[in-house]
Amino acid sequence: MNIVVCVKYVPDAQSDRTFNESDNTTDRVGVDGLLSELDEYAVEEALKLVEAGEGEVTVVTVGPDQAADALKKALQMGADKAVHVKDDAIHGSDAVATSLVLAEAIKKIGSPDLVITGMASTDGTMSVVPAMLAERLGLPQVTFASELSIDGSTVTIRRDGDAASETIVATLPALVSVTDQINEPRFPSFKGIMAAKKKPVEEWALADLGVDASQVGLEAAWSKVESFTKRPPREQGQIVTDDGDGGTKLAEFLYAQKFV
Amino acid sequence: MFELSKDHEDFRRVVRDFAQAEVEPHIAQWTREHHFPTDLVPKMGDLGLFGLVVPEEFGGAGADFTSLCVAIEELGRVDQSIGITLSAGVGLGINPILTYGSQAQKEQWLPDLVAGRALAGFGLTEPDAGSDAAATRTKARLDGDQWVVDGAKAFITNSGTDITSVVTVTARTGTLDDGRPEISAIMIPSGTTGFTVEPAYDKLGWHVSDTHGLTFAGCRVPADNLLGERGQGFKQFLKTLDDGRIAISALALGCIERMLAETTAYAKTRTAFGRPIGVNQGVAFPIADLAVMAEAARNLTYKAAWLKDEHEAGRRTSSEVKQAASIAKLYSTEAANTATRIATQVFGGNGFMEEYPVARFHRDAKILEIGEGTSEVQRMVIARHLGLPAA
Ligand SMILES: Cc1cc2nc3c(=O)[nH]c(=O)nc-3n(C[C@H](O)[C@H](O)[C@H](O)COP(=O)(O)OP(=O)(O)OC[C@H]3O[C@@H](n4cnc5c(N)ncnc54)[C@H](O)[C@@H]3O)c2cc1C
Repeated sequence: MNIVVCVKYVPDAQSDRTFNESDNTTDRVGVDGLLSELDEYAVEEALKLVEAGEGEVTVVTVGPDQAADALKKALQMGADKAVHVKDDAIHGSDAVATSLVLAEAIKKIGSPDLVITGMASTDGTMSVVPAMLAERLGLPQVTFASELSIDGSTVTIRRDGDAASETIVATLPALVSVTDQINEPRFPSFKGIMAAKKKPVEEWALADLGVDASQVGLEAAWSKVESFTKRPPREQGQIVTDDGDGGTKLAEFLYAQKFV
Repeated sequence: MFELSKDHEDFRRVVRDFAQAEVEPHIAQWTREHHFPTDLVPKMGDLGLFGLVVPEEFGGAGADFTSLCVAIEELGRVDQSIGITLSAGVGLGINPILTYGSQAQKEQWLPDLVAGRALAGFGLTEPDAGSDAAATRTKARLDGDQWVVDGAKAFITNSGTDITSVVTVTARTGTLDDGRPEISAIMIPSGTTGFTVEPAYDKLGWHVSDTHGLTFAGCRVPADNLLGERGQGFKQFLKTLDDGRIAISALALGCIERMLAETTAYAKTRTAFGRPIGVNQGVAFPIADLAVMAEAARNLTYKAAWLKDEHEAGRRTSSEVKQAASIAKLYSTEAANTATRIATQVFGGNGFMEEYPVARFHRDAKILEIGEGTSEVQRMVIARHLGLPAA
């Protein structure tokens, strides 16, 4: 079974995240970045499926030069090869354009049996790219999988909701997005790190995919960040002194804030 | 000159993430409960930590010694006990078998040790033979096709965990022509009749590391359990020590770096007299000294590790490695003790509380100046290398 995993390079949540002053896009250059943690679950799931049977895992990313680090991490974990789509024209693309570029890249990679993505990116957290991508590829979309199994020509997933857990079956090929409940991503081993250096990473520009620059980027975006303001520093909370009625005061506070 | 490669830095990042995810959340509890985390060992094995310097045929990565130092440094930043578990697991457990074992011994023991399914120890120290390790009293006599071992070992790391598979011990196997004892190394599998692992020591620090006294009373093992050549036990041990000293230097480096990070952050946020304590030179200067110590310890450690790798490749002599190892170990471990003292002081009363990690590092630092050769022994080695007369 051949699997393509879409991964994203995101700013490290541990460091200060900012926007570019000039065009209000996420600053991906001046900050430390990494493979989106939610995508690690997608990579792990693909590796498990291939290890249990046969086939190849290809990871693909659309992003700037530094995004190669996200691919590297996936290769270190055990993916077989990687595709990096980068083009200056892509800067500022919205989810619609990103899904277009990913779809064309996946078509060029070949016809995978399964496309796996994370449930959302840790920076944009929109969760819409998987659905758009499935639509563009004409694949059934089975999203938010917390459990996944393959049986011959079908994929079965469990999607946990607030009210119920659904079991959903789709025919392959399909696109599945996975949650952080599905597995425990591995750490790359030392051998994995060394092996990754020899694995092929292809670099494609928009022209290689037959995508016109006018279809992507900030200009083509359907929506745009108009302005941003830094969140104000947190204010000190309210301190309740317990004069024997601390419990009552606490309850009153929670009630006033509509927590209870 | 020596430098860390991109691969080493990539690997550092992975070990750092691993330590942050698998050790940091539990370490306070493990420390409080003096709990040896058996379950962590195979996870370290999966990461490839135990097999870094082991050839691929036994499940290892065939990497350099420098990589191992990077791993020990990074684990040591998060917790010193976990760092020594790796350092001793490889340096004292795996290395002697890898270096002196027969093909059959390697095939029998190494794969499990490399995978982290098992741990091995090395018992040299005895209640009456530490710095003067040649004073070993433990005896082994050949009876038919078996060694019969009698004696006791003290302070043996990784010797009593649930997954300890074997402990190699030095023992007198006879007397040489000049009257000195003949010392050999013999492998004693865990659970052998007559081999008793004494209850764990009550230690000042390294609460999460496993340390036991061992006693041998008529303990019988096959003659084939001799490790390396008969009569070479002591020499073999001295050779493995050089590596161990560089590894301890890396562990001390991790401690210093952590103290630097902790104090820098604390001095920026803790206020006294209406301003951050870091504006006072009395606080800032010792922290500046920590940065100098970290840099110096880093350079000495990785210079020694590089020399060791170069020696393996036949480009440097073992005496250069020996001297560099002692210099690095001496400086880094003494600096680590200064560093923890400074850090505790910068933290004030909080530095004395278990709530903050500096207290644990403070306790853990002391042993660095003692294990794998005390500071005095390092000075002895260094002085002899300079050609100063031996006593
Ligand atoms: C937690 C822990 C783990 C350990 N793990 C292991 C292990 O896995 N395997 C193992 O074999 N050993 C292990 N050891 C033992 C350790 O290596 C010894 O404790 C160390 O070498 C010192 O020996 P000693 O305790 O007998 O001290 P001693 O040799 O009695 O030394 C006492 C003091 O006298 C000084 N001294 C001695 N001789 C001289 C001299 N000629 N000149 C100047 N000063 C001198 C020493 O430096 C020291 O300050 C461990 C120890 C500890 C505490």
